[in-house]
Amino acid sequence: MILSVENVSLAFGGVKALREVSFDVKEHEIRAIIGPNGAGKSSMLNVLNGVYHPQQGTIRFQEKTFKDMDPHEAAALGIARTFQNIALFKGMTVLDNIMTGRNLKMRCNFVQQAFWAGPARREELAHRRAVEEIIDFLEIQHIRRTPVGRLPYGLQKRVELGRALAAEPRMLLLDEPMAGMNLEEKQDMCRFVLDVNEQFGTTIVLIEHDMGVVMDISDRVVVLDYGKKIADGTPDEVRNDQKVIDAYLGVTH
Amino acid sequence: MLYREAGQFKSTYAEDQRIFPIRQDRIAFWLLMLVAFVAVPLVGNQYWLGAMLTPFLIFALAALGLNILTGYAGQLSLGTAAFMAVGAFMAYNFVLRMPWLGIIPSFILAGLCAAAVGIVFGLPSLRIKGFYLAVATLACQFFVLWALQRFGWFTNYSSSGVVTAQNIVILGVPFDTPARKYVFTLAVVAVMALLAKNLMRSETGRAFMAVRDMDVAASVIGIPMMKTKLLAFAISSFYCGVAGALHAFCYLGTVEPEAYSLDLSFRILFMIIIGGVGSILGAFLGSAFITLFPIFLSIASGWVSHLSGVEISHATISNLELIIFGGLIIFFLIVEPNGLARLWQIAKEKLRLWPFPH
Amino acid sequence: MPIEVVFFIEVLAGGLLAGVMYALVALGFVLIYKASGVFNFAQGAMVFFAALTFVSLVERGWNFWLALLVTLAVMVVLGLATERVVLRPLVNQAQITLFMATIGLTFVLEGLSQLIWGSQPHGLELGIPDVPMEWLSQKWNINISQFDLFAAFIAGMLVAVLAVFFQRTRIGRALRAVADDHQAALAVGIPLQHIWAIVWAVAGFVALVAGLMWGVRNGVQFALTFVALKALPVLLIGGFESIPGAIIGGLIIGATEKLAEVYVGPYVGGGIESWFAYVVALLFLLVRPEGLFGEKHIDRV
Repeated sequence: MILSVENVSLAFGGVKALREVSFDVKEHEIRAIIGPNGAGKSSMLNVLNGVYHPQQGTIRFQEKTFKDMDPHEAAALGIARTFQNIALFKGMTVLDNIMTGRNLKMRCNFVQQAFWAGPARREELAHRRAVEEIIDFLEIQHIRRTPVGRLPYGLQKRVELGRALAAEPRMLLLDEPMAGMNLEEKQDMCRFVLDVNEQFGTTIVLIEHDMGVVMDISDRVVVLDYGKKIADGTPDEVRNDQKVIDAYLGVTH
Repeated sequence: MLYREAGQFKSTYAEDQRIFPIRQDRIAFWLLMLVAFVAVPLVGNQYWLGAMLTPFLIFALAALGLNILTGYAGQLSLGTAAFMAVGAFMAYNFVLRMPWLGIIPSFILAGLCAAAVGIVFGLPSLRIKGFYLAVATLACQFFVLWALQRFGWFTNYSSSGVVTAQNIVILGVPFDTPARKYVFTLAVVAVMALLAKNLMRSETGRAFMAVRDMDVAASVIGIPMMKTKLLAFAISSFYCGVAGALHAFCYLGTVEPEAYSLDLSFRILFMIIIGGVGSILGAFLGSAFITLFPIFLSIASGWVSHLSGVEISHATISNLELIIFGGLIIFFLIVEPNGLARLWQIAKEKLRLWPFPH
Repeated sequence: MPIEVVFFIEVLAGGLLAGVMYALVALGFVLIYKASGVFNFAQGAMVFFAALTFVSLVERGWNFWLALLVTLAVMVVLGLATERVVLRPLVNQAQITLFMATIGLTFVLEGLSQLIWGSQPHGLELGIPDVPMEWLSQKWNINISQFDLFAAFIAGMLVAVLAVFFQRTRIGRALRAVADDHQAALAVGIPLQHIWAIVWAVAGFVALVAGLMWGVRNGVQFALTFVALKALPVLLIGGFESIPGAIIGGLIIGATEKLAEVYVGPYVGGGIESWFAYVVALLFLLVRPEGLFGEKHIDRV
């Protein structure tokens, strides 16, 4: 069990985004969080990553328990993520964006960097090598020097995945990685997600609306509706659960 | 044809990461260095060296400092001149009170003092953004200048409030002619530009740009907000401080607070807007433009007077200068927000294809 | 009344009234920011240009009201031209870019004003003398300038009119919509170009009023452009988008600055007016980054 969410509740003023949600994630698995719009999925991811602090409940990640974690503490612990509305650095190239994902692994201070020759140069080249491997993996070599702002949406999402991978995370949080993609792009993205899971053993928690994708690639699924967990199990179990069907069809309850 | 990089392959990442990956660029650069360091001081006349090239270099250094803070790290600052003032005054004081230090350590210490002031006035950037921050830097500009004028210690209690900068002597060699001052300035600026370029293409530079582009995302991926922003202020102020010291010792010859007014802060901001925000080359291009333009304008108006017989007053020229500067700022922001540096890049790309159109 | 209290009241009143004058300039900023999201650094130059144009016309023998009308027309044209030449091409750029464009505009206006009208200082008279109010000084021995009170009155009227304009009229509502979201405003059929033209015209009018008030006080000279710089701390405190905020911010800045100058100044050698307002605003911002009445910015990731 790499991650365990216990009784997490989150509210914004009067709006209850999450109500006593509990679930766990096994190491090396692909866990999907699904639910109708407004169910609290992104909020849940934000809690896992330290962007939001729940009023109630705890999160246990790799033996460490916490409630009030900062995002960069989460990053230091090995949790990386992508965002629903691409949070890339639009003024920088693809290569530079992915290199920023290595920032926690860089040890040289700014004085060494200013003088370049020696430790700073060695470190930069070593990390460049690692990043190039990710670029190869994601098949984006041809755009490595393009400013990210000029890329089409699908490629930007891929670069964002690259940046998250550059951190060599233990757990990867993906917020709607396939949103806005056509069929081919989705297939590519699925392949990358599966490869990451298989080759690097990274645990993956993803939010996704495309049911086909969810059923195909995830090991287990959590279903949220109005901030509450209404189902938890394998894709097949969840697909046939009446409560889930009702939630999506909008049956009042 | 001349500029094609056919046959130049980069087989290691080290080659790819060079400052000038294309061989023609490297050759051109070293030629320029040769001319700048050797040819110019030998053949240049006093006026050109002392009133044009030296200030161009000094302001380019200050513009470099501002570019690091505003262009790369995205923190708008209107207090550049104040940091220059700190550098100038502190350099004077170090040379005065600790003459055994030597001029270069004094300059470095002066820069560090400016960096300290920069950190203090950069603290608000942790809470405030955008032009709220710009207005806060105005507090720095006005306060620092007031403090330097108010507390006599800075001017060694001189009655006029103005002091003469000391002579520069390195290893027994005096740098007192315009040519020598120019070479000294050039050496300092060249070294510092190199350090800045290295810094901006390393992790520090990327962290700065990340903070500029989307600071929330930057902190989520692990870039420390406070450390990064304060480092930007510190490094930027250091550069401006050294530029200020050079300004007093190698250009004006005196250390006076009026030289570092808000007007100068705006000029340097214009330099980076016109030259190109977020670019080392841009600082130089912008400084060249703004330093040389007034001279060009007065020469041009001299011709016009000559040809038309109408006398154009100084006041008119300086007003025209204001209008044209302002107009150019607007023009550049509309047409090429990345300034002269981008235009230069485009020209180079066209040159690659020359003589073919595309 | 004991002499210290009287003195204090005079200083306080002087400060509050100066603050109202700052607020007049700040109003121009708020208007433009509220309606187009642009922080118009050139407001100070506009104040100067308005005052200089008016004064120059009057000195050439023009009738007071005619000069006023013509200057107003000029300001409106200036506003329209600015919107057309500077803002429209930059419509989708970042706020910081627009801000820097207005810095460029400042220089253009400063150069233009002096090119057209020359750079000597001018005095300005509006018929209300800068002498203490008689019944106050006679009854309680307090000296408060008549002119300052008049300026405060005018400013108050202006604020009231503008507040009503924004809250109650259709155009005001359209302006607020435009400030919030250009695209959405276009989608509901609000004519963006017209709205901006109106806003800049009104801002020009406010600049004219501010220019006249300040012109009487300090004379119409180049230093007038720096008054706008003083309006900036006012905006920081009051928030960039609030008309009442401009007044309250102005009062706070004016009062604290005057009090500090008189009571604290002597201990630190004087001259603290150059920076005190900014430091106050800075400290204020550290507590409330969006000002008293400004809107909180929430960054959603």
